[in-house]
Formats: sequence, C-alpha cells, structure tokens
Amino acid sequence: MVNPGRLTVDLCGIELDNPIIPASGTFGFGYEFAEYYDINILGTFSFKGTTKEPRFGNPLPRIAECTAGMINSVGLQNPGVHEVIAHELPRMKEVFHKPVMANVGGFSPEEYAYTVSALDGEDSIGWFEINISCPNVHAGGAVTGSDCRATGEVVGAVRAVTKKPVIVKLSPNVTDIAEIARAAEAAGADGISLINTLLGMRIDLRRKKPVIANVMGGFSGPAVFPVALRCVYQVSRAVGLPVVGMGGVSSAEDVIEMMLAGATAVGVGAANLRDPYACRDIIEALPAALDKYGINEIKDIIGGA
Amino acid sequence: MVKTVYTVAGNEKIARDVYRMELCGDTSMITAPGQFINIALEGKYLRRPISVHDASGDALTIIYKVVGGGTEDMSRMAKGTRLDVLSGLGNGFDTSVSGDTPLLLGGGLGAAPMYMLAKKLIAEGKRVSAVFGFASADDVFGTDELRSLGVDTAVATVDGTAGVRGFVTDGMPEEYTYAYSCGPEPMMKAVYKKIKTGGQFSFEARMGCGFGACLGCSCKTVTGCKRICRDGPVLTKEEILW
Repeated sequence: MVNPGRLTVDLCGIELDNPIIPASGTFGFGYEFAEYYDINILGTFSFKGTTKEPRFGNPLPRIAECTAGMINSVGLQNPGVHEVIAHELPRMKEVFHKPVMANVGGFSPEEYAYTVSALDGEDSIGWFEINISCPNVHAGGAVTGSDCRATGEVVGAVRAVTKKPVIVKLSPNVTDIAEIARAAEAAGADGISLINTLLGMRIDLRRKKPVIANVMGGFSGPAVFPVALRCVYQVSRAVGLPVVGMGGVSSAEDVIEMMLAGATAVGVGAANLRDPYACRDIIEALPAALDKYGINEIKDIIGGA
Repeated sequence: MVKTVYTVAGNEKIARDVYRMELCGDTSMITAPGQFINIALEGKYLRRPISVHDASGDALTIIYKVVGGGTEDMSRMAKGTRLDVLSGLGNGFDTSVSGDTPLLLGGGLGAAPMYMLAKKLIAEGKRVSAVFGFASADDVFGTDELRSLGVDTAVATVDGTAGVRGFVTDGMPEEYTYAYSCGPEPMMKAVYKKIKTGGQFSFEARMGCGFGACLGCSCKTVTGCKRICRDGPVLTKEEILW
C-alpha cells in the first residue's frame, strides 16, 4: 500500500517530505540543479557556504581524484552574505519553495554571528548549518571545530542572534568527535551535522608535487562512508539532538544505513557532482529499498542499529 | 546539459598517445563548437571532460590523449561499449563576431575542437585559416581533415620535424579578422599577446563536476569570478586577466 508519509522525518521541528538533503558546496543555491529536475522533491538542501565577506577561495588545481572519492580545496568560495541575500536567494526562491538550510562559515564568533544575523530575516531559511569544520581555509587544515572551547564560543555567538534551529557541522579530523558534539549541545545547538570532509592529499607522479595547489584538501565520496557512519553512530549516542548524517552517501541503502546508525536526515555530497541526478534517484529508490528491508516508515529506524 | 548514453562506434590511434573515438547517441544538446562532454568511467570517481571534435545527428567524435589511467582505459574501449555521459557542457565558441577571415590556433590537443568550429565558420560563408602547433611530427593530427574543408592550415612543431620550427605564434598569417585559440596556457598567453584583433580562448582545468556546481575550476576575470566548466571553457580576450 502506498503511504505518502512513509519517508517523512522531523528535523528540529520542521517536517521534511523525505530525509534527503544535498550537502553544502555540492548544490550551489539549487537553481542550476533545477534545470535538471524539480528540486522540490528534496527534503531540503544546504546552500553554498556563505561568509561575511566575499571569498574567491583557493588557487587551482582545487580538485584531485581518489579511489572511490575525490579531494576538493575550494576554500569557501562565495560572493559574501549581502550578495547572497541580494542575488542568490531570490533566484533560489524562484525554483525552491520549501525551507532551505543556510550554511554559514566564518573566522571568528563575531563573523559567524554577523552572517547569521544578516540572514535571519529571510523567511526561506528554515535552519542554520554552522560550518566549523571546513579544512580548506586555515593553514594545514586546522578547523575551529577541533576544539571544544572554540566550538562553544561560535555556537553561543550564533545562538544569541537567531531563534531558528542551529545545526552545527562537525569535522571528523578530531580525536573525539563526541566531545565536540557535546560542546555544541551545551552551547545551545539544536542539531548536529556530520561529517565534513576528511583532510587528505594526493601527489602527481609526473610532477612529483601535490596535485592540489593548497597541498591538502577535503576527501569525500563513497570511500569515507564507513568513517562517516561510525561518527554518526558515536555522536547520536553522545547527544540528545537530531543528527544529519553525511559522508559518501550514494544510494538508498546508504541512507537506510545512516539512519540506522542514528541520523534523522541524510546529506548527499560528492554524489551530486558525479551525477547531477543522484538525489532524485535516491529519493525514487527509497520506497522499494524500505520494502526490501521490511521497513514501514523511515522515521522508525532512526538510531535502531 | 543532458545525461545520456553514448555507444562507442570507433576508437583508433591517430598520433602519439592521441586517439579519436566515434560515439553514437543523441547530440542535440551540442549547440556550439568548443563545448565538451563529461564521461563516467568504471572504477573512476570523477568523470573525464573531453572537448567535442565534431557532432551532428547521432554521431559525435572526440579526440583525447592518454595522460593517465582513465584515458588509458578509454584507449582500450571496444566498439559497442556504452558510456554514461553528461553532454552539451560549456558555452562553446561564438562565431557571430569572427569577421570574414577568422584564424584558428590549436596547440596539441587544443586542435581537437577546431574542426567543428571551422565547419561552422565555413557554413557561415567565412574564409578560415589555421595554425596547429605540436611538439613533434609524431604528435601531428587533424591537419588533413581541416584542409579537406578548404581551410588554409599551417603546422608548427617545436623541434621542426613538421612545418615551421617553433610555436603557433611563429606560423601565424599577417591578416585575419579574429582569433580562436585552444591549447596549453603558455601557448594561449603568447597568442593573446600577439593578436591585434579580438579573440576567444578555450581553457582546460581539473574539474569536479563539469556543470558548475562544485566551484573546483573557478578563475578570476575582468567580469568577475567564472567557472571554466560552465561560464567557459571559452573566455573572450576582453575578459581574461593576463
């Protein structure tokens, strides 16, 4: 029997038609993918990481291929929050009519708070996703989110300027990810998303030099799925908050696995770059996958493993 | 952009490490010379972006060089192999601004998209000339094909084993109304400095997606940030920051 509600999940008080969320940095502001399919079939999507000031990002090459994955070193390229409000969000709203997730980056608690404040009046924004885990903007891949105190300061600063749900995006490049998640929860986060990319590198054998101009970059794709799944399992048991699980998700089966590990919703990143129809195909495949594994409603399996 | 399936209809070596692959499938989304397709290969996570050499009806030709594992796999593909392809990517060359006697400048693999460009310019009634530059005689391809269209085609090789000794800039005619260029950046930069006319330059970059989503191939231009894959690969002389 067709049950249209069997894919719905509740993410911080907002219902998603399904748990699928294209991850920030792989989906722009949505309008380009809207040329390929109706993006309103998505649960939501997390838009391109936005900072206070415009950023060109890192020098080229920014991309390297790996076995079952890729490295990117884009470096938070974005036109800055005011340009995003003036030009990107109006274009996005023409094609996407659900609450969107606003991904925000920054270099100090004040900067994060500034950008969130500037975006807070946008009705189209349902959640903030606070990126404290980009490996591409500090020397050597250091991230704010590798330190509990710094995590607490950023989350606290953002919490003070918005009533919308604040989801904190964590890095796997830490000793104890559960500890960082608890620091975010203590500072007032409403949810946790993870994982951001793993710090990685490749060397070009012809030139005998790193492929990526910035030497290191963020590793993503199916190869990182087991690491992501482990992190989601650990974090969802360490905090009392909903978790958006991501990292290498490429199929409906991966989505089910992620949710069994503890994810309430599931981000899809690199898969969108290899195949612009990846999220559509996953959503279409989910009902049959649920049937195959004897699952009635997808929300019933969250954290069931 | 359209995601489609192309079937390999031919695959032969035409110069040192350089292959021509004939593909069969819907080419309706190829609307300008200089566009590219992005091919998914088994066991490789990223697609391989390859410029279109020619396209019409349900036939499409690409010319590629074996530079790594992915293109090596391609060189071994048999007739009938089915490929998952994103087709019709990039802006391509704008022929409307060429004037009556445009000049085509191709360096190495950059010669590949010039064939379809020449065909379009000739169909528009223009008199086309070309200079192709290669490292050595063993690398030369595409010149006879271009001459068969009636294009006055000169060759330059770095070691002098074919045509003029030197670079494409050493084989350029005096008179032309516009320059179209594709090749390694140092070559295009030399062309950019030499031409007195307007011109268009087709760039190459390591790409994540090939359709504008990942910002892996962004470059700064006079008119702001551009993505080589989506806003390019062709940029005009006026917008390039050199």
